Amino acid sequence: MTTLKSFLRGGAFIQPIWIFVIALFVFFSLMSEYFLSLGNINNILVQTSTIGLLALGMTYVMINGNIDLSVGATLGLAASLAVGLQPLGLTVAVLASLAAGIVIGAINGLIVWKTGVNAFIVTLGAMIGVRGLIFVYTQEQSFYASNFAFVDFGASTIGPFPVLAIIFLACTLIMHLVLKKTGHGRNTFAVGGNPEAAMDAGIRIGRNMLINFIIVGFFAALAGVLLATQMGASTPNLGRDYELWTITAVVLGGTKLTGGHGSISGTLGGVLAIGILRNGMNMMQVPAFYVLVILGAILITVLIIDQRLNVPTAKGVRA
Amino acid sequence: MASAEDVKQGFMLSKNQRAGLLSFLSAQGILVFFLISMLAFSLFSEQFLSQSNIMTVVRQASIIGIIAVGVTVVIIGGNLDLSVGSMLSFSTVLVVDLHDKIGPTNAILVMFAMTLLIGAVNGFLIGFMRLNSLIVTLAMLSAIQGLVLIYSGGQNVDIANQGDTWFAFFGRDYVAGIAVPVLLFGLLAVIVQVVMSFTGYGRRIFAIGGNPVAAVYSGIRKNWCVFSTYLISAFCVACAALVLGSRVMGSQNNVGQGYELLVLAGIILGGTSLLGGAGSIWKTVIGVLILGFIQNGLLLMGYPYYAQWLVTWVIIILAVWLDLAYKRKHLFTTHS
Amino acid sequence: MTAMTQNAEARPVLELVDITKRFPGVVALNKVSFDVRPGEVHALLGENGAGKSTLMKVLAGKHRPNGGKIILEDEERVFDTPKEAKRSGIVLIHQEQSLVPEMSVAENIFLGSTPRKWGNRVDWKRLHADSTEILERLKCDFSSRDLVSSLSIAKKQMVEIARALVFTPKIVVFDEPTASLTDHEKPVLYDVIRNLQAQGVGIVYISHRMDEIFQLSQRISVLRDGEYTGTVNTAETDEESVTQMMIGRSLELDHASKPSEFGGPMLEVRGLTVKGVCSDVSFTVRKGEIVGMYGLVGAGRSEVAETIFGLRHYTAGEIRLDGQVVDFRSTHDAVTSGIALVPEDRKDQGLVLGMNCRDNMTLAGLSTVSSFGFMKSRDERAVYDRYQQAMKIKSPSWRQRVGNLSGGNQQKIVIGKWLHTHPRLLILDEPTRGIDVGSKAEIHALIKELARSGYAVLVISSEMPEVLGVSNRIIAMYDGRVTAEFDADNVGEDQLVQAITGMTGSTPQAAGAVV
Repeated sequence: MTTLKSFLRGGAFIQPIWIFVIALFVFFSLMSEYFLSLGNINNILVQTSTIGLLALGMTYVMINGNIDLSVGATLGLAASLAVGLQPLGLTVAVLASLAAGIVIGAINGLIVWKTGVNAFIVTLGAMIGVRGLIFVYTQEQSFYASNFAFVDFGASTIGPFPVLAIIFLACTLIMHLVLKKTGHGRNTFAVGGNPEAAMDAGIRIGRNMLINFIIVGFFAALAGVLLATQMGASTPNLGRDYELWTITAVVLGGTKLTGGHGSISGTLGGVLAIGILRNGMNMMQVPAFYVLVILGAILITVLIIDQRLNVPTAKGVRA
Repeated sequence: MASAEDVKQGFMLSKNQRAGLLSFLSAQGILVFFLISMLAFSLFSEQFLSQSNIMTVVRQASIIGIIAVGVTVVIIGGNLDLSVGSMLSFSTVLVVDLHDKIGPTNAILVMFAMTLLIGAVNGFLIGFMRLNSLIVTLAMLSAIQGLVLIYSGGQNVDIANQGDTWFAFFGRDYVAGIAVPVLLFGLLAVIVQVVMSFTGYGRRIFAIGGNPVAAVYSGIRKNWCVFSTYLISAFCVACAALVLGSRVMGSQNNVGQGYELLVLAGIILGGTSLLGGAGSIWKTVIGVLILGFIQNGLLLMGYPYYAQWLVTWVIIILAVWLDLAYKRKHLFTTHS
Repeated sequence: MTAMTQNAEARPVLELVDITKRFPGVVALNKVSFDVRPGEVHALLGENGAGKSTLMKVLAGKHRPNGGKIILEDEERVFDTPKEAKRSGIVLIHQEQSLVPEMSVAENIFLGSTPRKWGNRVDWKRLHADSTEILERLKCDFSSRDLVSSLSIAKKQMVEIARALVFTPKIVVFDEPTASLTDHEKPVLYDVIRNLQAQGVGIVYISHRMDEIFQLSQRISVLRDGEYTGTVNTAETDEESVTQMMIGRSLELDHASKPSEFGGPMLEVRGLTVKGVCSDVSFTVRKGEIVGMYGLVGAGRSEVAETIFGLRHYTAGEIRLDGQVVDFRSTHDAVTSGIALVPEDRKDQGLVLGMNCRDNMTLAGLSTVSSFGFMKSRDERAVYDRYQQAMKIKSPSWRQRVGNLSGGNQQKIVIGKWLHTHPRLLILDEPTRGIDVGSKAEIHALIKELARSGYAVLVISSEMPEVLGVSNRIIAMYDGRVTAEFDADNVGEDQLVQAITGMTGSTPQAAGAVV
């Protein structure tokens, strides 16, 4: 038991979620002959890429000890801009979308930094407000892509691999390296793990948080643009509830809400677990709603396991 | 230097006399804001302050308000409840669907029992297992949404004979000229406010939210108290489902989607801190009403309904920020 | 020894002159002066709450002093942030851990000053090489790549020390560095200190342990209740006179009126064992008797109290309350059975700081001031007024937030809270920690009065004058065990010190405990 514990806790190389991902993978391969095919795996990656990109940024923000509830709304705004501004040219439309994401992230980050208001509240406000912006901009209309290059991009492949999957995996790799290898990434851990120590050591906490909010805003916008290329359209309600899925994926991946702990590899595992579950159950023709129940159950199970692994907290007092 | 500090200390003391007024204004700041915004809207629209308009707004706000009453108790106890939106869908679908099958009385009883059961699951996981309330209720949000869809098979439900059931009372009737939903909202708010302010139970919840460790060291049964807050929250959701089901006489599967966040917005706007240990029901009532009146006022002024979301964004952050800045300046100066 | 004499004549590298620091309601430091010469170990002694840690926080830029000067190398300095102090060569090795748990040892050592390559990338090679070099100097047996969260407390302490060596320090402050170290690990620390000394670094060494201080230091300065009481050369003094400087004369006054009539046993603890915390603890508290539990921080005293109070499971042994065997599943059970615990940490465990005085006072006995669940506010006020007057609590009104009161008044509120439950057994854990002298004496008098009126009282303390002055009997604890039991009126201070430091040659039991 102790060795299992230390193995799971050590987790430096393998996050527990990956055991689950592999188990799911094996299970569905056995249950459905169509599951284990290149086409289906590409499918899973493409389907996963949207929540996946959101989760990359969210991981940074959550390691910081913050949270961002506005990612779904930001995604929706970016998608609407990317489609709606196409008359001005594709480049303009895409750049404007990405810029919008960065600006919203910066606003969130600045408010958290300068006012000290809890990130949960700040981004809850932003979530409601940005959704309002979408409706103001779109006048409650859905937009359809007029530029065929835009739609083609969403369906394009390089060799056998879909471009969207490649972009997602490339971003994952970059974010993994930034978190592991750069000063910014390491400071992100320090700020979330022990803010006072980080401040004493001269790390600029506010600036670090601001950058991470900008990162999550950027990725939300990127996810929105890519989702729009997939759909060839945008709707004003696009991205609703995505923040909940994203947080679920990140928490499944072992990132703690209290900050200072988490990894991109874990988040990738969390995102894939959800993606495989959805895809596999779809293959087995289980109605989509069961996935919701199973996902909730898994999330709580992960939480219980995590708590059991970290029992000796708070000096062992039953308080 | 020492002397400068002395001067500062002296200044603080003389300020103490004004502190009473200031803290009153701070505590009632949201009320002041409420009155000012009402006044502003009434300048733009004559209709706004009419009795019928006010009643309409309050009636519309009552469903979110009823839920917010329960969630406020959870938050005062230092936790969160994000599952109320899904629970509302679940309970509404349940009561509407069962209405024709087992009769209104039984349907209502079963619905309350099932909703309280879900509340008990939340309460058990958070109170006794001591899991993080945000993640647990997030997981429950997803799981319950799934349960609703499984139960209904993805179909919307409705009551066949809508004109001929006393079930309509909860959503459509008036008592003494006041809509039943509004009465229910008011009644729940008053009862819960009284419980929180004047009973030992309320005191314990405040203590747990303020300092859970000290509460346990004072012999308070923290797990039971936290557990009970989720039962209260579930009970309020059940009441809201009663109103919603009765008003619509039917239900979509996702009718409560996003309610958890609107409820939170109302509570935060009212000035209840998410940190726990502080807050009140009447603040929440005002917060919820402000959201309702902003929406209504903007509509009357000719803006689309989504304009209120932008305004909500700004005022939530302003309200919390000003509150925080005030507290830093006047309450926490004595701490290093 | 010639080197030592040179040091003695060297100009101080650091001087603190007339440092004053006030907190609301308490003067933590009153015109304290202190200096450190290069290459010396200057021990700073004083009881808990005497102001040692506050003084060091002033030095390290964590607190702004209300008055006085800091002179570093003949230059007056003001440190606004810990980083400024660190840059100037002053390093504080914290009592509380200031490490980031989920980062590697190397990253913690170089937190905020990690070596970088182009593109803001961490230069891991250099980081680990530099860290390993420092760790080797400290003779650490763990790798710079280990996660801090996986290290023992002692090893974490070594990481903190390693962090101090990154900048070439001029002054290193060790605040109770051996509190969490085993006997095996201490010599390594001593070597580190001597090594720093040889490089001309000035060391400030804060500790309660006399043996360490006499082994390491060249000079000793003593603080008492925020006042500077003097500095002596270690070679020219002995433990007794240093203890005298620490305790002062207040000792005699307190002996006056202890309770003397005892009833039957109220609390009997037999062979109490909690895994990893304490083992085979046995003692008895009679009605009307005050028993002092004396030991260093970490000896397991608070844990014993928490176990009696239903906060911890015990693995073996037995607790009897008034003859009945009890095993509380929760604090609620303990409180209803008539046990009260005034906890060690007033702010975290004792009070809800955001609540007002009255609400805190009635929190443990809500059922007595309510009927059918409704609070009777008049009764509540009466309870508050009664204890406010009885204990002379200074508060503008019952509406005052407890967080705004001084430490002494806060503690009185906690005690009042428990008196209101009319307990049979009152346990007080460090009842006067961080409290000014006046309130201290009042609380001591109160404890004696309570015992005389029939309460069984257990007082846990790490202050010798307190246990000597208040209690009838003293139980000494060391390393989770009871090492000795004394009659408080017939015990030498040296006996007590030996019993709680696990020194050889005290009692037969103590000899057993050292293993």
